[in-house]
Amino acid sequence: MRDTPLSNCERLFLLKAIEEKKRLDGRQTYDYRNIKITFGTDYGCCIVELGKTRVLCQVSCELVPPKDSRPTEGIMFFNLELSPMASPAFEPNRQSELLVLLNRQLERCLRNSKCIDTESLCVVSGEKVWQIRVDVHVLNHDGNLMDAASIAAISALSHFRRPDVAIQGQDVTVFSPEERDPIPLSIYHMPICVSFAFFLQGSYLLVDPCEREERVKDGLLVIAMNKHQEICSIQSSGGIMLLKDQVLRCSKIASVKVSEISELINKALENDRKIRKEGGKFGFAESMPKERITTLKRDKAPVEMTDVEETANDIVNRTETTTEVVPSPVLVATGTAQVGEGIVNSWGLDEDEEDEPLTEDRKTDEVMIISDSEEEEVVILNEEAQKSKKKK
Amino acid sequence: MDTVHARFKEKIGEVLLPGDVFSFRIPESGGDCIIKTEKIICGPGLRRNGEEVQVCKSGILRHKQPNLYWIDSQQRRYVPAKGESVIGIVTTKSGDIFKVDVGGSEQASLSYLAFEGATKRNRPNVQVGDLVYSQFTIANKDMEPELVCIDSCGRANGMGVFGADGLLFKVSLGLVRRLLAPQSEIVKDLEKIFPFEMVVGMNGRVWVKAKTVQQTLIVANLLETCENMTSQQRQTLFRRVAEGSL
Repeated sequence: MRDTPLSNCERLFLLKAIEEKKRLDGRQTYDYRNIKITFGTDYGCCIVELGKTRVLCQVSCELVPPKDSRPTEGIMFFNLELSPMASPAFEPNRQSELLVLLNRQLERCLRNSKCIDTESLCVVSGEKVWQIRVDVHVLNHDGNLMDAASIAAISALSHFRRPDVAIQGQDVTVFSPEERDPIPLSIYHMPICVSFAFFLQGSYLLVDPCEREERVKDGLLVIAMNKHQEICSIQSSGGIMLLKDQVLRCSKIASVKVSEISELINKALENDRKIRKEGGKFGFAESMPKERITTLKRDKAPVEMTDVEETANDIVNRTETTTEVVPSPVLVATGTAQVGEGIVNSWGLDEDEEDEPLTEDRKTDEVMIISDSEEEEVVILNEEAQKSKKKK
Repeated sequence: MDTVHARFKEKIGEVLLPGDVFSFRIPESGGDCIIKTEKIICGPGLRRNGEEVQVCKSGILRHKQPNLYWIDSQQRRYVPAKGESVIGIVTTKSGDIFKVDVGGSEQASLSYLAFEGATKRNRPNVQVGDLVYSQFTIANKDMEPELVCIDSCGRANGMGVFGADGLLFKVSLGLVRRLLAPQSEIVKDLEKIFPFEMVVGMNGRVWVKAKTVQQTLIVANLLETCENMTSQQRQTLFRRVAEGSL
């Protein structure tokens, strides 16, 4: 089946909304959708819901002979599949560009970052090693598959337990989970991908684009990072020109988001561990809400219904009273007069302030400069006006 | 008496599943039983199978006087039906016809002569990616669906290319039918909040346009959320929005 084409009016509207910094579901530019992580009854099975995007990941292991070039290391195998139930655009057994891109990025994020200790997966050097296989299936496509896939993969890997082995000379005994408790994998750090979509030749960016926003994007920047602020991989696609400070800004945003998401993953893992220890019920069936409509439902997302008046009142109350004297009109020529002078646009500066939370001194300095300049201008005008009045 | 109506009546307002059966057998009895032949109109979701009426969609059984019964179901997948007005997206222009995506299994074809005032010399200004509001003339499971943008008198009657601005989004078919009902409460409540333009297609697509981008987004989000709300919840939500945006 073919995917619904994007009409011109949708494209125009989306770009216009992005210019006004509005998103379809009311999020802010740097907001993620609700992330929900649930684990299944088996170890290593995890479903991640990022808004409506749903991704399932399953980790499994097998004893195999190692690669000739690396006899003491285990093997990691990553596989991502786009299921046709995720979107009408995905056809079964079709090697599309998106699939190759996602697979490659997932491999780079997890394999090249060396987040898993492969040496510990060796059982008998040169003969038997563990092959860890990570299978990611996309169940529903509503944008930003890369982030959801990376979160699912790393959560599943952290959740997975491999069977215990005992070596006696040349005999290797693999214990079943009933005989001996399975052992978790040794994971050094959790790399997580954060996607930034760029619009209108790189002038606007959005974090966590949904499916419609992805269709009108110009380019995509994916930064894989861990919570220790180490960048594991950066990939830019779409061929847009990015400035150095844009990339730096994105990496700062990514570090904030990654730390939040890492905390979420750890909390989910902790919950699951607690429930399993206490002997409670765990698995996917328990995480589904009972007796509630689950199709056609929308999660509570904050729709920005701010009225200009409220925010305007806030700003007025917060800033100092700049104009205590009403500026009187200045006659420029016969028939034209000027009242006041345009205030410097401070919105652009506000955005920079958001992105650099570390440099707070600079922030206050900038604000000070603005108010100073406004006062100065107002004072000058009044002097002129008073002078002209005196002349009259 | 009318066993048929009685059988249906006891199930009105209940949730029925595909496979439920209403079977009617004329009782064999003596002389004083007057057998009246009743005419029942089975709407969508009900299907006659010999002496039985079977339910083929899951939903709630509804009734309209005097003898119309149907199943009200929440469905998002659209199946083209003759006479319905839908919003389509033009995908290709090939020679004399446009191919339009209406959300069904096949793309519908729209001839360029099917616009008001269109002749072989005077072609309509339709580009790929435009939205068209049109009606089905042919829509069955054996043939490719066909659309037209004029009615039987040759007038446009509101159909044609539209929507240079505004937002298009998809809702379920049940909500679309509620919006198109003659005295729709949802539309009346929405009108009170702020003025906006709306085009509703029977294929589940809705186009809205308000004065600002913010208002358009609010209307779109409200419509998408009032799917599963009772009228009470909906009215409280609309009231909150109206107070917030004043």
